[in-house]
Amino acid sequence: MRYLPLTTDDRSAMLAKIGVSSVEELFRDVPATARAPRFALPAHAGEMEVERALARLAAQNIAAGSGPFFCGAGAYRHHVPASVDHLIQRSEFLTSYTPYQPEIAQGTLQVLFEFQTQVALITGMEVANASMYDGSTAAAEAVLMAHRLTGRNRAVLSGHLHPHYAETVRTMAGLAGDIVTGPVAAGVADDLVPLIDAQTSCVVVQNPDVFGFLRDLKPIAEAVHAKGALLIAVVTEPVSLGLVESPGAMDADIVAGEGQSLGNGLNFGGPYVGLFATREKFLRQMPGRLAGQTMDAQGRRGFVLTLSAREQHIRREKATSNICTNSGLCALAFSIHLALLGEAGLTGLARINHARALQLAERLSSIPGVELATSAFFNEFTLKLPKPAAEIADALADRGIIAGVRASRLYPHRPELRNHLIVAATETNTDADIDAYGRALAEVLA
Amino acid sequence: MMNLQGRPSSFGIADKAPAETVSGHRGLDHEEKLIFEIGRSDVSGVDLPPVDLAADRLSGLARKQPIGLAGLTEPQAMRHYVRLSQRNASIDASFYPLGSCTMKHNPRLNEKLARLPGFADIHPLQPQKTVQGALCLIAELARWLKELTGMPAVAMTPKAGAHGELCGMLAIRAALAARRETRTRILVPESAHGTNPATAASCGFTVESIRAAEDGRVDLGALKEALGPDVAGIMLTNPNTCGLFERDMIAIADAVHAAGAYFYCDGANFNAIVGRVKPGDLGIDAMHINLHKSFSTPHGGGGPGAGPVVFSERLAPFAPLPLFMSDAGGFRLIEDMEEARAAGLTPLGRLCAFHGQMGMFVRAFAYMLSHGRDGLRQVAEDAVLSANYILASLKDVMSAPYEGPCMHEALFDDAFLKDTGVTTLDIAKRLIDEGFHPMTVYFPLVVHGAMLIEPTETEPKATLDEFIAVMRALAEEAKDGHPERFKSAPLLAPRRRLDETAAARKPVLRWKPESTT
Repeated sequence: MRYLPLTTDDRSAMLAKIGVSSVEELFRDVPATARAPRFALPAHAGEMEVERALARLAAQNIAAGSGPFFCGAGAYRHHVPASVDHLIQRSEFLTSYTPYQPEIAQGTLQVLFEFQTQVALITGMEVANASMYDGSTAAAEAVLMAHRLTGRNRAVLSGHLHPHYAETVRTMAGLAGDIVTGPVAAGVADDLVPLIDAQTSCVVVQNPDVFGFLRDLKPIAEAVHAKGALLIAVVTEPVSLGLVESPGAMDADIVAGEGQSLGNGLNFGGPYVGLFATREKFLRQMPGRLAGQTMDAQGRRGFVLTLSAREQHIRREKATSNICTNSGLCALAFSIHLALLGEAGLTGLARINHARALQLAERLSSIPGVELATSAFFNEFTLKLPKPAAEIADALADRGIIAGVRASRLYPHRPELRNHLIVAATETNTDADIDAYGRALAEVLA
Repeated sequence: MMNLQGRPSSFGIADKAPAETVSGHRGLDHEEKLIFEIGRSDVSGVDLPPVDLAADRLSGLARKQPIGLAGLTEPQAMRHYVRLSQRNASIDASFYPLGSCTMKHNPRLNEKLARLPGFADIHPLQPQKTVQGALCLIAELARWLKELTGMPAVAMTPKAGAHGELCGMLAIRAALAARRETRTRILVPESAHGTNPATAASCGFTVESIRAAEDGRVDLGALKEALGPDVAGIMLTNPNTCGLFERDMIAIADAVHAAGAYFYCDGANFNAIVGRVKPGDLGIDAMHINLHKSFSTPHGGGGPGAGPVVFSERLAPFAPLPLFMSDAGGFRLIEDMEEARAAGLTPLGRLCAFHGQMGMFVRAFAYMLSHGRDGLRQVAEDAVLSANYILASLKDVMSAPYEGPCMHEALFDDAFLKDTGVTTLDIAKRLIDEGFHPMTVYFPLVVHGAMLIEPTETEPKATLDEFIAVMRALAEEAKDGHPERFKSAPLLAPRRRLDETAAARKPVLRWKPESTT
């Protein structure tokens, strides 16, 4: 077996040293009735055979890069520089673990410190943690944090928060208090003010929202703060922050984001990387790991995991969260991509994304019967089609065009959204892609 | 021989001098500044076409202030991150016996396959008919997990072990609610991972600690005494965090079930019994499986992991959305609660957006296919054999709190260091100088000055022997009354010991420009 270095002779010598005659004896604490199970599974296989089996499965999927592709709704296809994937496969990043021994983990720790700084900068917040599992779980953790900070336990969720995020919040934070959800109407800012009361700990607003609509968070922030509650801003497309005002500048208190867009592929939904940032005064209630700067015994700058008195391995049942392993390697990919982009690159990338979306929106909404439902957007918008979006998306998929995400997949019980299609455009979409989409949509609607 | 120009051929006295350098670099070990100290806001390592944005649709929300990001060209980025990487210990470069974390070899085939565009470049919400291969892979992985554990159902979406624990505890809550029962207590052994009590508390349960017996296992008598009509369940790690198999598993399960409670097994240590024992034969109701431990998806400096949860029949109906189904029409997802209810299921909710850690699924499935049922059994046997070999080879010079045999990890306490002035932490730091990643220290909490050594099955005997020889020498040196060399360690790492107290007292968690600090 190619991954197991012990030889038969090694095993014999080791058993002799232990003083047993067979490995069976080492398993003697296993109850007798559980010692000899049978497994209906195949025997081991060589590299070539395994590669063949998985390549066959991979070939049964239509990869985004194989044709015009316009899905977003929380996961975005961007070009990731080749150097990113090369660097994250360095053995020292790939095959190390949580930096429990900081003297021999300065690489990972410095990366996390840089990541925290980048996340704080783009979100307009003061501090950020070393990552969460993904955007949806970060949103749930943000709600729990707001409960702890305010001593209240009612969360108000925008109806335009990605429904998967809303369900995750309801599942992970539902036991900790009430959850109230706002109205749904694609293409406008849902009015959450009437839902805020003296028991409200936080209001959760996604921007741009799940329909791609871009809103000013300041009015809602003002209303939230007037009631002594906190505003949690959810960002699922961090590239937008290159062009759009940051949640911090619009007075959010906590930002929970999905970082997949930078450095990470679509991967059918995971692994992704949760971004989590807040104000310094809320630091002690923040979940997750934190890297901090310090000095070594010779006075040299170094980094360690810090404030672990918040965490489960120290605080056990009194911890701020049960999170342990997070998303280190995806955070590294995010950080490298953002370091390569820099200020100029992120701004430029965001401009291209917006320009592509403008071009696509104009092209598609000029087709008779197709309405643009979102007046303000970044790289994603919602179309109202004259027929159910499921039918149209299906017909377009048969023509090799992955046209977007039908709103009915996310809101299956809202018939008024049956004809809505959520469409994203990024720098990866060419003029030819946009043209092909336009022509095909006109055809299937004709 | 080649010293023809007066070049000294011996080391002379220079080898005794401290390694001070003009640059601050020390040979291959480079000091590296932060990206914000190297990069510039007008530099980018990505070439993008200019774009004319004469009109926009941002409704006045365009960013007004600069962000403050630094940019690096590609060569600068390569050097920065390669230098940083060289400051990390890794499994590829050295023995990494970090107990409870299972730092084993990560096969590179799995990395290659996870990057196939058919897996890496598919969107979670593209039409299901265009991702049949991906859904098939998840279904196959689920089948393997169920067969290996002997459990009838599995929830695939939890993103890490602790997230899996949450899934299991929420399923127990949902099952109790379905029985219209309110039970508030969860029993957790003292030796448990910190995530167990944290998870139980986050689900609204009160946590009650169960003491360990003399032999390092759960005290069955104490457990039976603690059980009652208000106990919702028990969270028990098996093999446990002391590296021991819980001999009374079946009796524990019977007692827990007789009391109307559920049995959650923390499967962090499943790698010790995979292919040899089906946890389902032991009477458990739920168990998470850390794919990054047992099935060797890379640890990545702290994730991403994946923590699917297997369920008994009693908890299966409560598995979270999405549900992975198949019928004559192919594979499909149930993503909607009402659709699930129509199918007779009562999901506990949804634990994350989308469908779980596909990238980890591909790697874990490739690992399973590579090993097969025979290879996985060998994995468990070699892991257990290696740990027992370490225990047998060191117990005369160190101190082992429990009788063997152990499972996949060998546990020592600090009794052998009594009156030496050397602590468990000092041993760990000294091991760094010897070229090894230290073992897990001060965990489990039930053992004083714990040292938990998990060699895994992917180390050659020669490495184990080298480690054993070093540990024996260190133990002897400590007992000889020379703590100084331990106290100053590490001397040969990129950094000496770091001041963690100062870091926590006045936290500096991000870089700031000089003018604002």
